[in-house]
Amino acid sequence: MAEFNNTNLADFSGVWVFCEQRQGKLQPTVLELISEARKLADDMGVEVCGLLLGGKGVGDSMAKELGAYGADKVLVCENDLLETYTTDAYAKVICDTVMDKKPEIMLIAATNIGRDLGPRCAARLHTGLTADCTHLDVDVEKYAAFLQEASTLPQAQIDALDRADRNLKMTRPAFGGHLMATIICPRFRPQMATVRPGVLKKGEYDEAKANAVVVEKIEAQLSDADIQTKVLEVVKEAKELVDLTGADVVVSVGRGISKDVETGIKLAEELAGLFGGVVGGSRAAIDSGWLTADHQVGQTGKTVHPKLYVALGISGAIQHKAGMQDSECIVAVNKSDSAPIFDVADYGICGDLFKVVPMMIEAIKAAQASK
Amino acid sequence: MKAIVCVKQVPDTSGKVAVNPDGTLNRASMETITNPDDLNAVEAALKLKDETGCKVVVVTMGPPPAEGMLRELIARGADEGVLVSAREFGGSDTFATSQILAAAVNKIGLEDDDIVFCGRQAIDGDTAQVGSQIAEKLHIPQISYAADIKKEGNTVTVKRMLEDGYMTIQCQTPCLLTCIKELNAPRYMSLGGIMDCYSKPVTVYDYNTLKDDPLIDPTTIGLKGSPTNIFKSFTPPQKGQGKMLEGADKATCETLAAELLKKHII
Repeated sequence: MAEFNNTNLADFSGVWVFCEQRQGKLQPTVLELISEARKLADDMGVEVCGLLLGGKGVGDSMAKELGAYGADKVLVCENDLLETYTTDAYAKVICDTVMDKKPEIMLIAATNIGRDLGPRCAARLHTGLTADCTHLDVDVEKYAAFLQEASTLPQAQIDALDRADRNLKMTRPAFGGHLMATIICPRFRPQMATVRPGVLKKGEYDEAKANAVVVEKIEAQLSDADIQTKVLEVVKEAKELVDLTGADVVVSVGRGISKDVETGIKLAEELAGLFGGVVGGSRAAIDSGWLTADHQVGQTGKTVHPKLYVALGISGAIQHKAGMQDSECIVAVNKSDSAPIFDVADYGICGDLFKVVPMMIEAIKAAQASK
Repeated sequence: MKAIVCVKQVPDTSGKVAVNPDGTLNRASMETITNPDDLNAVEAALKLKDETGCKVVVVTMGPPPAEGMLRELIARGADEGVLVSAREFGGSDTFATSQILAAAVNKIGLEDDDIVFCGRQAIDGDTAQVGSQIAEKLHIPQISYAADIKKEGNTVTVKRMLEDGYMTIQCQTPCLLTCIKELNAPRYMSLGGIMDCYSKPVTVYDYNTLKDDPLIDPTTIGLKGSPTNIFKSFTPPQKGQGKMLEGADKATCETLAAELLKKHII
């Protein structure tokens, strides 16, 4: 397979997005990827193509939506053996299709399924895969502008970038967010990346583009013998998972609520409730069992960029900051005036959250009433 | 029957992290630990040993001091260690690492009723890629994000976590499972284990040990054989210092509310 892949990089063209669906529902993060793929493809002058796998009829409802956000074409593979995700069936169809049609770039959402599937495909295709990316560029000017904003690299290093470089530059946090690394895959195609959900912005729905999308059905060369695992059941947990990444306001709690966890969470809920927001937590709050894992903000949890992020009793370890520092406005309440969270806060209040938050709730209620 | 566990020694990123002026990690100044998810993988293997009496082999790729970690895992109950270590292996990305570890598993010998365990991901890279890639190189089924594992005969049944629920998946051995922290609580070293850990074998696999495996090829291992390269690494800038509000009383909160109103957040 290495021979196949290494032959001629110029044979590869187009930006592909694996369009993950579960039980016939498109994963919302796929639209973020399609929007990003559109930007990359425009810089390169190539097509965006969605790759949609599923059971019978899966393409009918989703192809238009994918088109609306920027897909020129959607390759649809419908097969009973693709109804439910299995690593083997999905990896086979994706690898077969990639080898046949040769895309230059392949993006996959870094969900639990994407991170199972991506590495298996990259290993089979003999190409590189960069995990959990938070920023992508092909155009060097755009990459230079990104570095100017998001890095502490000296200007001379940024100026020295080769302007003709057309590799996909895949940037991701490493070492718990202490470092950022830009990874390239210069010798193999497709250049593959899994992309962290909630980081890239979804574009605008465009009805004209939705109607213009081209759907191409492809046949899967697939039999039971290709699939080494058997899915006995798929269970959706009944509990409502908190939608951290979609919320406009997130109020998070950390170790600082330890002296009265129940009241701390209640205050956070009440504050968040004023804005129709949700409650999140630092690693300490999740590891202590005060909140379930779906509430976690940070490197190992969710990355959020709400309009307002309120950190209550969170010291601001770098791994937490990695998940929230791009919020539009950050308010922090902490007992210690040297807490690192204040380095990223727009407004800091040094005090006891159990005293401050009730007053904050009253002040915000009054301000809302005054509008 | 064996349980082969792939483990990694990593810098402890939860403590103080030192970054060199050139933007690389100052590893020398940091504590090293066994990657947390890998301890869950070791525990899963030890549980299987408790139930079936199978042999547990822990494998790591790393520099010679990583032997200390293998000894610790033997003190927890593993039977053997394998240290995969050679200059030729250095600088490997996930693809190249999986080539080498798969070759090491081949050398140990993968039998029909064996299971390979990995942690979900390592805290230094957070890629979660090596497990799946080893499985591909070994042509065996993988089940990732394992939160519960049952083995009956050669059939393995796994609760595989998703963001919004879980799947129950079954496959036949040999297979590879990646383990998450919800799977179990890792046991500590036992006193007897500590006494015995230097009397049990730790074998070093160097380049010569593995070089006859077709997976080991200068074009597919090490820095040169890695499909991905680091193009730039850098530290993000601190966001500009915000405003510390005076005091922590009613007036402070009213000031905050006024600011939020001004910014149209309220």
